Amino acid sequence: MQVDETKEFKPTIVAFCCNWCSYAGADLSGTNRLNYPANVKIIRVPCSCRVNPMFILRAFQRGADGVIMCGCHPGDCHYTSGNYYARRRMTLLFSMLDFLGIEKERTRVEWVSAAEGAKFAATMNDFVATITKLGENRRLEDIRCKKQ
Amino acid sequence: MQEAMIKRAKELLADGTVNRVMGWQAGEFAYDITPTVFSSADELDKSFVYNDFCSANVSKYMINESRKDGKILCFLKPCDSYSFNQLLAEHRIWRDHVYIIGIPSYGKVDVNKVRAKGVTGITGIRTEGANVVVETIYGPETMVKMDVMEDRCLCCKSKKHMVYDELIGEEGDVMESSRFDMVEKLENMTPEERYEFWRGELSKCIRCNACRNVCPACTCENCVFDNPNSGIANKAPSSDFEENMFHIIRAFHVAGRCTDCGECSRVCPQNIPLHLLNRKFIKDINELYGTYQAGEDVNARGPLTNYTVDDCEPSIVHHRRG
Amino acid sequence: MQRIGVFVCWCGSNIAATVDVQQVSDALAKEPGVVYSTNYQYMCSQSGQQMIQDAIKEHHLTGIVICSCSPRMHETTFRKTAAAAGINSYMVEIANIREQCSWIHKNKEEATEKAIILGRAAIAKVHLNAPLTAGESPVVKRALVIGGGIAGIQTALDIADAGFEVDIVEKKPTIGGKMAQIDKTFPTLDCAACILTPKMVDVAQNEKIHIYSYSEVESVKGFVGNFTATIKKKARYVKEDICTGCGLCTEKCPMKKVPNEFNQMLDNRTAIYIPFAQAVPKVATIDPNACMMLKNGKCGVCSKVCTAGAIDYTQKDEFIEQQYGAIVVATGFNTIKLDNFDEFAYSQSPDVVTSLEFERLMNAAGPTGGTLLRPSDHTHPHTLVFVQCVGSRDVSGCGKPYCSKICCMYTAKHAMLCREKYPDTEVYVFYIDVRTPGKNFDEFYRRAVEEYGVHYIKGMVGKVAPKNGKLMVQASDLLANDQLMIEADMVVLATAIEPDESARSIATMLTASMDTNDFFTEAHPKLRPVESPTAGIFLSGVCQGPKDIPETVSQASAAASKVIGLLVKDKLTCNPCVAESNEMMCNGCSACEKVCPYGAITYSDKEFRTPYRTTIMRRVASVNPAVCQGCGACTVACPSGAMDLKGFSTRQIMAEVDAICK
Repeated sequence: MQVDETKEFKPTIVAFCCNWCSYAGADLSGTNRLNYPANVKIIRVPCSCRVNPMFILRAFQRGADGVIMCGCHPGDCHYTSGNYYARRRMTLLFSMLDFLGIEKERTRVEWVSAAEGAKFAATMNDFVATITKLGENRRLEDIRCKKQ
Repeated sequence: MQEAMIKRAKELLADGTVNRVMGWQAGEFAYDITPTVFSSADELDKSFVYNDFCSANVSKYMINESRKDGKILCFLKPCDSYSFNQLLAEHRIWRDHVYIIGIPSYGKVDVNKVRAKGVTGITGIRTEGANVVVETIYGPETMVKMDVMEDRCLCCKSKKHMVYDELIGEEGDVMESSRFDMVEKLENMTPEERYEFWRGELSKCIRCNACRNVCPACTCENCVFDNPNSGIANKAPSSDFEENMFHIIRAFHVAGRCTDCGECSRVCPQNIPLHLLNRKFIKDINELYGTYQAGEDVNARGPLTNYTVDDCEPSIVHHRRG
Repeated sequence: MQRIGVFVCWCGSNIAATVDVQQVSDALAKEPGVVYSTNYQYMCSQSGQQMIQDAIKEHHLTGIVICSCSPRMHETTFRKTAAAAGINSYMVEIANIREQCSWIHKNKEEATEKAIILGRAAIAKVHLNAPLTAGESPVVKRALVIGGGIAGIQTALDIADAGFEVDIVEKKPTIGGKMAQIDKTFPTLDCAACILTPKMVDVAQNEKIHIYSYSEVESVKGFVGNFTATIKKKARYVKEDICTGCGLCTEKCPMKKVPNEFNQMLDNRTAIYIPFAQAVPKVATIDPNACMMLKNGKCGVCSKVCTAGAIDYTQKDEFIEQQYGAIVVATGFNTIKLDNFDEFAYSQSPDVVTSLEFERLMNAAGPTGGTLLRPSDHTHPHTLVFVQCVGSRDVSGCGKPYCSKICCMYTAKHAMLCREKYPDTEVYVFYIDVRTPGKNFDEFYRRAVEEYGVHYIKGMVGKVAPKNGKLMVQASDLLANDQLMIEADMVVLATAIEPDESARSIATMLTASMDTNDFFTEAHPKLRPVESPTAGIFLSGVCQGPKDIPETVSQASAAASKVIGLLVKDKLTCNPCVAESNEMMCNGCSACEKVCPYGAITYSDKEFRTPYRTTIMRRVASVNPAVCQGCGACTVACPSGAMDLKGFSTRQIMAEVDAICK
């Protein structure tokens, strides 16, 4: 993977956040004015179990460089078991992407509770740093969707 | 074997147990075997064949056939019976409209391997001990069966039927198999090598949908790739991404339900080893969530509709290998 | 094609300071379908809402996008605004440009660009919104209160008073909780039992209240208005309805060396016991871990002396299933374990006690009959040292990071009572800060210092060392900048309080969220302090955070009024954002049914027409909208995409993805 050193690379990051824990955690990091890069754009879903692997692939297709999914901590799901299913689905999807040779750093799952504003900000900072270092997503992109 | 099957099929037709028979007949060429529904003894006599080229898994046809009036007779090889059972588990087949005869399978022959030996003008095939005799217009050719057997049969997982009403021939056992060797080999490559491997394979895809159409787990009334509202419908691969997307989603949709029958790779006109994607999921599921064989138990809960509180975290992918 | 209106809020300067709101509304005006775009200082204000309503009518808007604070804050507000202007309230989408943009970014250019993208995503989503109508579900007119302390008692009494049935589940043999153990209450110094026990009797006599004492909640299923709880009535080996509470069995029981929980293990009780004289229900309970008869079948004294014939050694745990419309959590607290605080010699000397133990030592019904005596030698102590913040406000990790809130006041109370009853004692209180924010609290504390001559010393106790029957207390006086060594007879530790150990498992059962300290989280820290974010679950007392008795009682009544407000309704409007199955695409494979946590999905065989003019029977799923909570687990489990979630449909989420990645 070659990174163009001359131009500052600003990755596009999509974060799926469950409404009850992680979205609230993201709000809390806002309330506490904890900074993280503007590259991160959050999509609110009712539960991490609403995140279809198709959404993640779609994001990569449309030019995302990293996709992160956040949900309630295992055991704390608002719907009792949603994040347990999400955990299996994501584990298998990520393993498959790795199997296809897609950089495994591009996908991540973090459990962030409504009280963990600081963790949310720290996670996003770390994820953006990882993706920035990794460079543009080229292995799982749709050339037609590229910004000109 | 073929005679015994025709004989039993005729009996079942005659006594009214069934009114149709699901079997195979030769297509344009002797090795070009097609699943067919027979509805009379005459038809059976005329064109029913069962030989080493009859490798098509007919279980998927039972979804529609079982919803018709009367019972249909269906011959299932051990690997087909897993698919059939999985479809039963998913309420796709009406069991009481199907009469199943389990038939043994000692491996099917890959016609491409036969052709690779320079054999042409094939008109028939028969087994003689450890050899197969391929009839050609130029006379018979004898070869070692192992040399021309389909790859999937070389790493057969089971010779045991998961479901049947009666058996013809001997019942076998679940076997030790080396089916994950290739997956493991890929896992041990670097991500770059894996990427190159899959780019090389998947870029051959012409989106003919043969893999999807033959797959006994891909039985959706309306496939997401045909549904304009799904947001991922597409017909032809116009970017690298769509080949990836199609095959990842297809593999994910059948994850935990794929019985590893190998039909996808058999029918692929581009010879893409698609079964490796499914096997990767099966291997991961076995390693991460405990051994699970789809189609083994009708009442089992599939690994993706199940969980335990101490399942591994997705970050395990980051720590494993590579 | 939708006609979309975009409303960008400044939130005063909260958004406008970091996001160029004019630029955002201008950029979004160019988006397809947007026919009106504006910005305003406070969209949530009366005039802001009016502005939205006027725009909806004037421009015939079919959907609106509000770029403002988190939807968790004002989504409901703007939905009501939309409905008031005559469009469906689910035709509203919020772009969170405050919490997730202006508040976290400093660079105005970056923040503005992000705000525009978030706005675009919301516009893309609202294009695919469809009007949704909420369904209705019935309300079971019965409440469950978990915990029978003062919080649970007050909540139950208030709910019963409004005419609804209430069940209290208390894990101990009697209701009363911690307040029953307390001697006097601050700041009035009236005796706790005198004000609590009449309430306990009220509970017992109230026809609408049923007490499940010595019972635990085993499982809870269902949802707001329609919970099903299984209550485990633990075997007490005494027939509750026959026992008269005469107490003869407790006198005759030969097993007399069982530590007495009610007196904080400072004395002993018998194996068959009634925790205290005013217990409700006043029924004996056999401790199966201590009873000789239950352990090895040798004894049976209680059964012989019981004239009522209430003893039943064969009793088994009983499980009761009951329907409830609302559940109140009132699980209360315990004092923390002091294993991490060896410096105070709690484990080395019996004369180092926790404040709750001190309550029992001062209590007329306590182990010493109300005379303050040292537990070690039963002599009268002359010098007492009180240590505050033991385990509270502790960031070292040994204790709890929060303030336990009640300790300042009860320590002042203890110090004052000591000086009042025993003027010959010297009383020292070591504190970090004295916090007395409450009605008559500071006056109370000042009285302790000024009228009762309690020595308040700012500083922490470094070490307590038992020596020759005395306790050498080494401490610092921060104001005098001095090291002190006090020879004390007793040391009382104002031990931090923590949520009861049952709280976490109950939270899991109820799918109610908790904070890192295991306190239940409220739906809104300021505006909805007695509700859990999980609908139909209410919070009463210390389970939500440290509280004194007056606060607990107010919260208990507040929770009760919320419960009454719920139970008084015959039907609840359901969340319309529920799953929906498209029968034409459904395979009937049952994958969705398996992952549904609410059992909301059922199957039926239906006849469908085929393209060949014939019909075919197919098994298809359908979702009960009253039961579905809208998690979306089924939508991903469904391979064919037949299952979709209203309000968060596959196409909507993909449209958002596209808008963000564009």
